[in-house]
Amino acid sequence: MACGPPRGVGHTVESEFTMVDTVAAATPGKRRKLNSYTGAPLLFILINLILFCLFFVWPAAIGLGYSFTSYTGIGTAPFVGADNYTRLIDDPAFWAALWRTLIYTGSVVPLSFVASLGTAYLLVSPYTKGKGFARIIFFLPWLISPIVAGVIWRWLFGENFGLVNFIITELGGEALPWQSNADLSLMVVIIAATWGGTAFNMLLFVAALKNVPVSYYEAAELDGAGAWDKFRRITLPAIAPTSFIVVLLSTLHAMKEYSLIVAVNAGGPGTANNLIVQYIYNTGFKKAQIGYASAASFVLLLILMVIAGIQMMANRRKES
Amino acid sequence: MSVISKPPALRSPQQNKKPGSRTGDLARKISSSAVMWLLVVVYGFPTLWFVMSSFKPAGELFSYPLTFFPSRFTLDGFTEAWTKFDFATYFFNTLIVAVGATVLTVVASAAAGYALAKYRSWWLKIFAVCILATTMLPGETILAPLFVVVRNLGLYNSLSGVIVPAVITATGTFMFRQFFVTVPNDLLEAARIDGSGEISTFLRIMLPLAKPIIMTLAIFSFQWRWNDYLWPLIILNDPNQFTLQIGVASIIGAQNINWSVLLGASVMSMIPLVAIYLIFQKYVMSADMNAGLKD
Repeated sequence: MACGPPRGVGHTVESEFTMVDTVAAATPGKRRKLNSYTGAPLLFILINLILFCLFFVWPAAIGLGYSFTSYTGIGTAPFVGADNYTRLIDDPAFWAALWRTLIYTGSVVPLSFVASLGTAYLLVSPYTKGKGFARIIFFLPWLISPIVAGVIWRWLFGENFGLVNFIITELGGEALPWQSNADLSLMVVIIAATWGGTAFNMLLFVAALKNVPVSYYEAAELDGAGAWDKFRRITLPAIAPTSFIVVLLSTLHAMKEYSLIVAVNAGGPGTANNLIVQYIYNTGFKKAQIGYASAASFVLLLILMVIAGIQMMANRRKES
Repeated sequence: MSVISKPPALRSPQQNKKPGSRTGDLARKISSSAVMWLLVVVYGFPTLWFVMSSFKPAGELFSYPLTFFPSRFTLDGFTEAWTKFDFATYFFNTLIVAVGATVLTVVASAAAGYALAKYRSWWLKIFAVCILATTMLPGETILAPLFVVVRNLGLYNSLSGVIVPAVITATGTFMFRQFFVTVPNDLLEAARIDGSGEISTFLRIMLPLAKPIIMTLAIFSFQWRWNDYLWPLIILNDPNQFTLQIGVASIIGAQNINWSVLLGASVMSMIPLVAIYLIFQKYVMSADMNAGLKD
């Protein structure tokens, strides 16, 4: 079961594997059939198999190779040993981008977790009216591309023309430098990302919340449990697998953010808000340092794997 | 409406009866609904403000005091975006990418998912792990070498270079696997006894059954490709090949942002997905989802 897909929305995991077994049990002994049972599945997976080799195995292999060279995209790729990696360690721009990415991720993940669980809870609650419309509005940001979402928030938070500063000045406050202050600028990106990331996670939470057995709540109600007690002691534990998936996916997603920040402030002011993928893009494609960018990519990959590993371990400990 | 209210019905019947019979439930209904509607405003307002702004004349966009409604509705921003900004070219390029990638994604994922669900062998198990590994090794972490590979394949600066690497998706493959696992094996056995070949069984019996999954994955895949920015940006160099997202981003990248064109182009770029969602929303909302569903 360990190699199954990320799950947690309440699928009947157990039945899957017994079914696979019955297929196998029903088939042995037929020689002629056996051949077609090798040929057919091979044909079925052929497209994905070729694509996997072409666009994952091949680039991963040459990427690892490039990370030890000073390849520029054309000509030869002179071997430089671990030079790229040692340079990376001394590169303040790399560390700045990494630090900024961690701040960004550390803010977006909890915020969108709360927002998506909250909206999902309201959408399955028997007490709310007008769910149909609310669902559409909550889901709308998912349809909007990160670029356009960035434009929407940039428009709201424009320094000289945005609605937010207009309201602040109308209320007698001082217009805030949403674009030219690095921290405020990152805050706008975080708000935009939370807004844009809520819908998808909400969908996962809605599915999970609907799978919590009603009898649990009824039993708790008989015991006189309040709404908060029920939420904390029944809902949260019951949806824990989904919460884990949401945190994991959101973290990995936030670590790779690029489009949204391009649209909100292009990683500015200056390079203050360059996130890690933007750093890789700039070194690899703007400065044509493919070798160096490959090294940075592998460091990112390593970080993502460590994050995923830590979260999985934490999840396992919680379960046991 | 029937579509929208369907999912909560799973649970509300039992719970709905009880609340009515207790005091304080009305208060709870009101407060819960109030919170929800407040959030609806918070989530809906940015888009609404943006769309309203796109109907304002260019001169009014920056004139204080800002108003919610335009003094007069105008489509100038849209027409300007359509003509000056080459919207039509970008739109059709994006359409080609999104439709092409979606069709290929559905075909490849359905076939591979079916193989993983209904056949068993050691190499299929390894293949399943490989596909899963692609979620751990996203394009962003192998950006530069992936570019080199696509260039070596001669796909640089072509729409197919944007489409082909995007076809493989662990999410799609496992969505189909999970679905086909629930299809009784008796059906497959019966088809075999009737002398139906493996491939024709898949095409004629299994694939039609999977229509809801096909729809769900198609919508998701279309959204992924329509909204994708980084990968097309790297592969496409010729402005005639640009997709909408690159086009819109190029307006933001300009020294002086032409907000009138930017607003018009952005709003127009959102229309297809919103339309698709409103028509097919039951496939998105009722999707009994594999949690890996994120690209």
